[in-house]
Amino acid sequence: MNIYGIRAIYIYEMSRTLRTITQSIASPILSTTLYFVVFGAAIGSRMGEIDGISYGAFIIPGLLMLSLLNESISNASFGIYFPKFMGTIYEIHSAPISPMEIVIGFVGAAVSKSVILGLLILATARLFVDYEIAHPVWMVGFLLLTAVTFSLFGFIIGLWADDFQKLQVIPLMVIMPLTFLGGAFYSIDMLPEPWHTVSLFNPVVYLVSGFRWSFYGVADVNVATSLGMICFFMLICLAAITWIFKTGYRLKS
Amino acid sequence: MEPVISIKGITKTYASGLQALKNINLDIHRGEIFALLGPNGAGKTTLINIVCGIVTPSEGSVCVDGHDILNDYRLARARIGLVPQELLTAAFESVEATMNFSRGLFGKPSDPVVIERILRDLSLWDKRKAKVMTLSGGMKRRLLIAKALSHEPQIIFLDEPTAGVDVELRRDMWEMVRQLRERGVTIILTTHYIEEAEEMADRIGVINNGKIIVVEEKATLMDKLGKKQLALTLQAPLTQLPSELLNYPLELSADGYALTYTFDAQQEHSGIHELLRSLDSLGIDFKDLHSSESSLEEIFVSLVKE
Ligand SMILES: Nc1ncnc2c1ncn2[C@@H]1O[C@H](COP(=O)(O)OP(=O)(O)O)[C@@H](O)[C@H]1O
Ligand SMILES: [Mg+2]
Repeated sequence: MNIYGIRAIYIYEMSRTLRTITQSIASPILSTTLYFVVFGAAIGSRMGEIDGISYGAFIIPGLLMLSLLNESISNASFGIYFPKFMGTIYEIHSAPISPMEIVIGFVGAAVSKSVILGLLILATARLFVDYEIAHPVWMVGFLLLTAVTFSLFGFIIGLWADDFQKLQVIPLMVIMPLTFLGGAFYSIDMLPEPWHTVSLFNPVVYLVSGFRWSFYGVADVNVATSLGMICFFMLICLAAITWIFKTGYRLKS
Repeated sequence: MEPVISIKGITKTYASGLQALKNINLDIHRGEIFALLGPNGAGKTTLINIVCGIVTPSEGSVCVDGHDILNDYRLARARIGLVPQELLTAAFESVEATMNFSRGLFGKPSDPVVIERILRDLSLWDKRKAKVMTLSGGMKRRLLIAKALSHEPQIIFLDEPTAGVDVELRRDMWEMVRQLRERGVTIILTTHYIEEAEEMADRIGVINNGKIIVVEEKATLMDKLGKKQLALTLQAPLTQLPSELLNYPLELSADGYALTYTFDAQQEHSGIHELLRSLDSLGIDFKDLHSSESSLEEIFVSLVKE
């Protein structure tokens, strides 16, 4: 196993984050904070409780998930897309490093960033809203699983994209709508039919619901189902990456 | 001695359907400087990229130090450093950071002493904190070489190392190549400049249209294929070649003062003796004569034409 190789990629990626700290850390924290201020503090005080939780506190897990998804995807996709775009990927191809090690380096760095960001957002939220975490271990578990899964997904997008537009299109056209309709701002139990049933086809619903359960012990869908869905999606991503490296699709001629 | 790189039956057909390499067989000897000489589009880069793991071969196999490049890629690749043809560098990282990255990627623990030595050798030490994008083109080229050397490989590939490089850097580069060879490093370089191959290489392989045409020791290649010329400057101009001289490979210059006789250097019997006697009997006087060897350039052109 090429530990030094994994480490080199990891350090390289993390230093990219530090270099662009405003964009990669400060800006997602700021935008999430604005949500807390607007929906939590300003509007939230006029809203009724949901499942016995104040609205300000209710939206925290969902908002955190939203940032986590976006940042995981964009970090991991950009991380692998950029060397492809610059042509510097030749060095990685010519190095004695296995596909799995390359993935660990890139995805590991993207996951680290996302988790750090998630924890920072959580700490910031505390300044505006009172919340508690009923199952901290599960909370961290969900945080990690989601970060890993969506960093893997982002990595696939970065491998697949051969121009900047393709890099943006899936996060914008697919992920954004899914997260906004994923029950971050409401409980899907509040939706009339058929929208309630339609929502059950949205994978983000399971993420948000499971994550919210780890905070407040209430969930829209069964927690085991949530966990199962994340793991299922992660396996799909892993299978796709294995296939890409095996066939060299969009990587090698 | 076992070759350090053994290429067997390599064929590459790109997705476009273009066959860039056709059944390449080539052995590289340990410790030599090998020049792969061929015009643009001949398949030099494709061949190098296959050995280095960047392009997947369609058929055939390559062994590096006895390790198959596909099944044993870790051991094979760890031995190789590649300086690509294009100036492909990161932008925002410092010189030092990209050096550490390269070394780590090839599975070596960081070693500031080695990195310092390489950067000093390539006159980049003063620039170690500079961002790569602030370097000049020549310095980026040096950095690519430094990166390729960062993991102390036993084999170095230089893909058209002097394309767009100034005289000074070219000189430094050849100096460095010689030093590397003294340390026992095997060097494979590609070029389409014949003088470069002639100046640097121990052996030369000529590639054209995806096929290796000839592989020889440089001296042998020149001997074997070299033509010699004898140039005669006449006392009085000739308007045309006398019929007695027509079966000699002779050329008369436009002004009628110069006769050029071409002969095979490797042939025992040059025919010069007979020629001079014929000239004498025809009463053609000359005031000067000198012979010259044809350059690798001419050899190359004649090979590629065949
Ligand atoms: N990725 C690629 N896809 C399709 N054709 C390619 C690719 N790379 C190179 N070629 C073609 O293969 C041939 C050999 O190219 P190359 O190996 O770069 O030659 P050289 O390095 O000798 O100039 C050329 O005709 C080139 O156009
Ligand atoms: Mg080339």
